[in-house]
Amino acid sequence: MWAPMGRGRWHGCALTVWATAAAHRGILEPRPMPTRGAAAKSRSQDRLYSSADRKEKIDMSRFSVENIRNFSIIAHVDHGKSTLADRLLELTGTIDKTKNNKQVLDKLQVERERGITVKAQTASLFYNYEGKQYLLNLIDTPGHVDFSYEVSRSLSACQGVLLVVDANEGIQAQTVANFFLAFEAQLSVIPVINKIDLKNADPERVEKQIEKVFDIPTDECIKISAKLGTNVERVLQAVIERIPPPKVHRKNPLKALVFDSTFDQYRGVIANVALFDGVVSKGDKIVSAHTKKIYEVNEVGVLNPNEQPTHKLYAGQVGYLIAGMKDVTEAQIGDTLYLHKQPVEPLPGFKSAKPMVFAGMYPIDQSEYNNLKSAVEKLTINDSSVTVHRDSSLALGAGWRLGFLGLLHMEVFNQRLEQEYNASVILTTPTVPYKAVLSSAKLIKEYREKEITIINPAQFPDKSKVTEYLEPVVLGTIITPDEYTGKIMMLCQARRAVQKNMVYIDQNRVMLKYLFPLNEIVVDFYDSLKSLSSGYASFDYEDAGYQTAELVKMDILLNGNLVEELVTIVHKDKAHSVGKAICERLKDSLPRQLFEIAIQAAIGSKIIARETVKAYRKNVLAKCYGGDITRKMKLLKRQAEGKKKLRKIGNIEVPKDAFIKVLRTQPDK
Amino acid sequence: MALPAARARGWAAAVKMAQRRRHAEAPRGSPSRAPPGSRAALYVHWPYCEKRCSYCNFNKYIPRGVEEAAMRSCLVTEAQTLLRLSGVQRVESVFFGGGTPSLASPNTVAAVLEAVDQISHLPADSEVTLEANPTSAPGSRLAAFGAAGVNRLSIGLQSLDDTELQLLGRTHSARDALQTLAEARRLFPGRVSVDLMLGLPAQQVGPWLGQLRTLLGCCDDHLSLYQLTLERGTALFTQVQRGALPAPDPELAAEMYQEGRAMLREVGFRQYEVSNFARNGALSTHNWTYWQCGQYLGVGPGAHGRFVPQGAGGHTREARIQTLEPDNWMKEVMLFGHGTRRRVPLGQLELLEEVLAMGLRTDVGITHQHWQQFEPQLSLWDVFGASQEVKALLAQGLLLLDHRGLRCSWEGLAVLDSLLLTLLPRLQEAWQQRTPSPVQGG
Repeated sequence: MWAPMGRGRWHGCALTVWATAAAHRGILEPRPMPTRGAAAKSRSQDRLYSSADRKEKIDMSRFSVENIRNFSIIAHVDHGKSTLADRLLELTGTIDKTKNNKQVLDKLQVERERGITVKAQTASLFYNYEGKQYLLNLIDTPGHVDFSYEVSRSLSACQGVLLVVDANEGIQAQTVANFFLAFEAQLSVIPVINKIDLKNADPERVEKQIEKVFDIPTDECIKISAKLGTNVERVLQAVIERIPPPKVHRKNPLKALVFDSTFDQYRGVIANVALFDGVVSKGDKIVSAHTKKIYEVNEVGVLNPNEQPTHKLYAGQVGYLIAGMKDVTEAQIGDTLYLHKQPVEPLPGFKSAKPMVFAGMYPIDQSEYNNLKSAVEKLTINDSSVTVHRDSSLALGAGWRLGFLGLLHMEVFNQRLEQEYNASVILTTPTVPYKAVLSSAKLIKEYREKEITIINPAQFPDKSKVTEYLEPVVLGTIITPDEYTGKIMMLCQARRAVQKNMVYIDQNRVMLKYLFPLNEIVVDFYDSLKSLSSGYASFDYEDAGYQTAELVKMDILLNGNLVEELVTIVHKDKAHSVGKAICERLKDSLPRQLFEIAIQAAIGSKIIARETVKAYRKNVLAKCYGGDITRKMKLLKRQAEGKKKLRKIGNIEVPKDAFIKVLRTQPDK
Repeated sequence: MALPAARARGWAAAVKMAQRRRHAEAPRGSPSRAPPGSRAALYVHWPYCEKRCSYCNFNKYIPRGVEEAAMRSCLVTEAQTLLRLSGVQRVESVFFGGGTPSLASPNTVAAVLEAVDQISHLPADSEVTLEANPTSAPGSRLAAFGAAGVNRLSIGLQSLDDTELQLLGRTHSARDALQTLAEARRLFPGRVSVDLMLGLPAQQVGPWLGQLRTLLGCCDDHLSLYQLTLERGTALFTQVQRGALPAPDPELAAEMYQEGRAMLREVGFRQYEVSNFARNGALSTHNWTYWQCGQYLGVGPGAHGRFVPQGAGGHTREARIQTLEPDNWMKEVMLFGHGTRRRVPLGQLELLEEVLAMGLRTDVGITHQHWQQFEPQLSLWDVFGASQEVKALLAQGLLLLDHRGLRCSWEGLAVLDSLLLTLLPRLQEAWQQRTPSPVQGG
């Protein structure tokens, strides 16, 4: 039985897109998960009891705005964000101090395995300091660029952040990306240097890096060991002392930001909200600024981190509300809620989720289609940012074209399918949404717009009908020991990247900034970077819009017959190498036939790459006497049976395997 | 032992009764025009070898000592039992294979042949072949086999290169092989065949053709060219897998095959089967039976047979396999008179599939008459005449379908297994679409 799993939206909060290369590869292996269903079930029951049976509701009115702090923790992967969160929860008595508190907020199997937090959690901490009771709301943000929009929304509910940096590894690419998100949101940044208990820890060096890169005085850094609890109390005090209370007004009409939402199959959508103004309580009629739909509030409460109902929520506070929303798309991140008939100016910055990476997803066996379909539905019920379009391929059968916020998002989705639903899938090489600015009046009329987004290569408009093509670009940050700088610069150049900046963040660490075409990093960039830097370079990127690109449509031909499923959009400069790679992969996977097969990559009528599969010269069993007949007949019949399943292109028989080898995401080279 | 023997006698008597009944119903014509059901070829398996060859995955054993008398008696018993069971009247060929049957004593060969002739008829001109290994067959022994009734020798020469022979794990040298060949020709003129392998790891086309040329200077009227098949479980397979030896290059093997058969054609050899060549009409009748889907009986450990057990009242051809391991096989033969481990009835479609796959290995292919013997309703034209895929193969010049029948062209023969992947499904389809015959037994 399926039960909702923790919180639904995908948030890579302790960022890691990219654990180690090994973990990265590991996620493609299906893993059985025997205990998952049971655990999820008991958790959802706990949740039912916690809201239904608890009579004593907390009176939130006693927390005035001056005693509220809203903050996030941001960090590079594995720098200790979740461990610090656990300690904060323990210190404030939110959770018991037991040895089992290993990353309480990381509930998904993927999260524990990869040491990442995919799913954000929020917790309200009650803390006495100098005789006053404070309400500290830890708003756990997704950290990776895939979720940068969500991060920015979460951060907009905060006034400060804890920027956690590993005392051994120092500033990494995601530290930088996170810092600037917080900086741009004008939040107070409290640098926390973690893992000072490690043998190779060098907190002084990290202090200097922080000073150099972020311009924060060294004496502002708090040096802690979240693991041992060293100095964690000081972190709480700094939150109170250095982060200002929210600037809000209880007397104004309700203005609440939705910064997360999850789906519970018993209660519908649970929206996590931060109140900028006003008060909300059960029975209130509220309106979504985005959809203008009206709902009646059934329940409000705080998160600790499970839902705990309260009478009301007041301006400056953070909690959840349940209001009969049936679908997570009704509570989109960034939306503003207000009281019916008391409209307010919506909070700025709302955007609908915009997929940046697309991939085809097909069941390995078509008989698995329905199972996979229900698994995809169950996963997307909690994640409105995944777009799903039905698609079908002559070679791979019925499937979907899925859109993801980014690569991590895609990988985690795939991994959850495999782990939680035991679904094995063919995931095709990811592509990015290209655009074309149309010049043909006829086409403009047809599409009803001048600029169109091309997701499927089949829709690629001809050059004669287009003013220009555009490709998505990202600004990438790479931090590396300087000995690898040369190799990394070569790699970036090969990926058509343009250098924007290069600075030393200390004596031997370099921070590089490059503008990358997104397409150039979606496949194996990170693995290449890791392997040529012996694992030391870190990488992160942020959306940087679109740039003009010389795109071409490349056809793959078998003896002159077009293979529809292999049509590819590619940058002109990369057409040859991409075409060659596809031809080579096809050559390796096409069985010999009774005639020669020419495999060609072509742009229009121009052939840019060619491989040949030679005809069989000899294919006959040498010895076939009395004792060999049974075995030979069995083999022939099995082969003949297999041949029926082959797709014919012209008179060439192509096994599904050949398509899979060409189309599926390539493993590390 | 009294009980089984009594049982065997009782069973044999029943078989005789059945035979007598059938004789009364359908008097036989002359032996040469005997109906297919009353004739068969007989294969006798000698399971022992001196040494394991690195490429061989046959059912063979390297014994410490062979109790030949027991083995002999079991081979004789099983031959008798199966001949009675088959109701075969005439054995047209006997083939002693292995293993290394030239390691057996000529007495054993004589005893089997005698038994065959007693139970059914073994005409004096029947082909009786013995597989001989160069080292285990000095001239005197070969003569003794001749005296025992053997009239054809197949010599496992394999290569004329000592390094290659070593690689193959053979115990003989090229010199031994040529000497044995010369002796054999003296004793069995016109009735000696030699095997030559091609496509060995690291083997090159030129030197291999040189070997073939040398062989043509001293061989008799029959030659087999076998491309090495790397069989799982053999030493050679493991060595290649480990990378200790280069994998055989299929391109080079194809070239050797093409050049080799062209050379043989030039000097007057007929390629009458994929791997077999003969001149002066010296075809192996025994092997021809396999490719024509005639009946054959398999005697000895792991031997295969295909026949209708008419002697027991059967009407359906069965594929039969004898127990593999010699000691167990002997125990079964002593207990039950035979060591048949598996009997699988062959359906009509399965039989036709074999007729197709085996027949196309020969140069004459499948004649219309031959096909009609197995399937009187559905002609070769009916099955293959209208198929677009078959037409493409015909147009490509790989296959011929004409007034004679269906056969491979010279080029087509080399890629028969690919052709069959089109032909077999076509046959299955035609079989399913045929006008349904009345339901059997109802």
